[in-house]
Amino acid sequence: MLVVDQISKHLPTFSLSEVTFKVSQPDYFMLLGPSGSGKSLLLQIISGLVKPDSGRIFFNGNDITTTPAGKRNLGILFQDLALFPHLSVFDNIAYPLRVKKQSISIVRQTVNDLAAHFSISKLLKQNVASLSGGEKQRVALARTLASKPSILLLDEPLSAVDAQLHLDIMGMLRSINRQGTPIIHVTHNFEEAISLASKVGVLNQGQLVQVGEPVEVFQNPRSEFVAKFTGAKNFFRVKELNATRNGLVYAVLPSDKKIAFYADTILPKGFVCFPEDSVVLSTQVENQSALNVFRGKVIDIFAQRFGYEVIIDCGFRISALVTKESLEKLNILAGTEIFAAVKASAVKYIPEM
Amino acid sequence: MLQNRVNSFSHFQLVLTLLGAFILLFIVAPLLGMIISTPFKAITATAADSQVLNSIWLSIWVAMVTSLLFAIPAIPLAYILARYNFPLKNLINGIIDLPVVIPHSVVGIALLGFIAGDGLLGKTFDAFGVKLLGTPFAIAIAMAFVSLPFLVNSARDGFQQVPERLEQAALTLGASPFQVFFTISLPLAWRSIVTGLVMMFARGMSEFGAVVVIAYHPMVASVMIYDRFTAFGLKYAQPAAILFLFVSLIVFISLRFFSQKR
Repeated sequence: MLVVDQISKHLPTFSLSEVTFKVSQPDYFMLLGPSGSGKSLLLQIISGLVKPDSGRIFFNGNDITTTPAGKRNLGILFQDLALFPHLSVFDNIAYPLRVKKQSISIVRQTVNDLAAHFSISKLLKQNVASLSGGEKQRVALARTLASKPSILLLDEPLSAVDAQLHLDIMGMLRSINRQGTPIIHVTHNFEEAISLASKVGVLNQGQLVQVGEPVEVFQNPRSEFVAKFTGAKNFFRVKELNATRNGLVYAVLPSDKKIAFYADTILPKGFVCFPEDSVVLSTQVENQSALNVFRGKVIDIFAQRFGYEVIIDCGFRISALVTKESLEKLNILAGTEIFAAVKASAVKYIPEM
Repeated sequence: MLQNRVNSFSHFQLVLTLLGAFILLFIVAPLLGMIISTPFKAITATAADSQVLNSIWLSIWVAMVTSLLFAIPAIPLAYILARYNFPLKNLINGIIDLPVVIPHSVVGIALLGFIAGDGLLGKTFDAFGVKLLGTPFAIAIAMAFVSLPFLVNSARDGFQQVPERLEQAALTLGASPFQVFFTISLPLAWRSIVTGLVMMFARGMSEFGAVVVIAYHPMVASVMIYDRFTAFGLKYAQPAAILFLFVSLIVFISLRFFSQKR
């Protein structure tokens, strides 16, 4: 288990203050934050490349705060990959084994196994400069794993990869994690976080503002950054999916209610979300073009900067953003019976890897 | 391509070309003049003169050994200057460039005091019964002093071009700082280091001012040519000068060729 305990670092233009979290054996910990929130700095502190001003880092009970980077056995995958340009693909992957003076046969065996696993066996003799972006990513990942790290640290690993490779690499990361390596993954991308994370930490302006399971964090955002994410509060895990022929998909929510939407990629598990301002409230069902109409009862009303947030219990909770005028026109009060309509096209589906 | 450009621009290029040609001519003309005005026979006769051959050989091997030996501490210094920030770093960079701006006779006088029998280094060696003055060792000291800036500056620029991120990656992959230096930093800065070594070698081999003060004997090529000039005149010094010029060019060109091929 990795424990990050009250880590602070003050730089001239930026500070990390008292960041605390734990990552245990099966965790896929997603550190989410806008650019400039201190995510990469935190990763460099954990990996031992940057010294914190205060705070401690423990790994399996041992204080590793002052342990040199090379002795922490944490593998880090940099955003720019940092492949060694003067070495071949083979020599890049073999690097961590050779500096630890492993025998030639072990080096060859390990490199070949990793290359086979990442489908880069044919590239082993090539120079890294001749590789495509996706190939470089695989080589860098194989090299990091060759050191058999106890924890894998990833700095925006998907930012430079095109959409096609995205799913590929997410699948690889997920399987590395399932095989027992905890992962700390830094990103500013919500969909990555939702797809992969078993635990999410939200970093904002150098402070860890929220830690928890993805559903919990997105349904109860404690920072503007998370709250701004489209449909953050109307965020549900899908129990079951039924695709129809015309591209329309029906998802069964935990409350057994069904919600319809359009999606290209369907994986057996995933999440659906829709923006609060896409929910249309009415007192009658008539003339609704929306495919999804839920009947429920208003349980709470909060004033927001622009209008009001209405919480409706339809067997599951929906948040709707309405203007003061609509609220008065429909005479919405706590306890009012109401219909909440959500267009299928406003519903976003995010598969879980 | 020139014709496709705007007319005024081609005038501009003409001026540039003429000025550039003047500089090239300025460098090449005296050397070529010397070669043309010297009978071929005189050159072949000098090539058979063992005093000439010995002095040229002495210049080459002392310059080469000096460059290689001084590279051992000079390359790490270049790495420190490229990688770390510390107080007085600018002062140290300035000190490295000092030998370029000091008159070389001054260098010779300063070094003579240092390695003579009553100097610091001289005394130490004297204690072991070793005399430094008038040995290849003294020549090496003079050559190193005036040529070190070329190696340190070139190697420092080379290290600066190696992304620090690559060194960080190597560290996290379990390499020690020594391993990082030898497997990442040094190979990636290699081309600049070799260029620096070649420049240091060439500068050391051609040094006259500091060497003549510190070690007239054994005679390196530059001192031998000067010696012939003052004792016997221009005509007698020219064939030896031409021979040394050719040998220097051959060594210099082949080293550059080798270093650029890598």
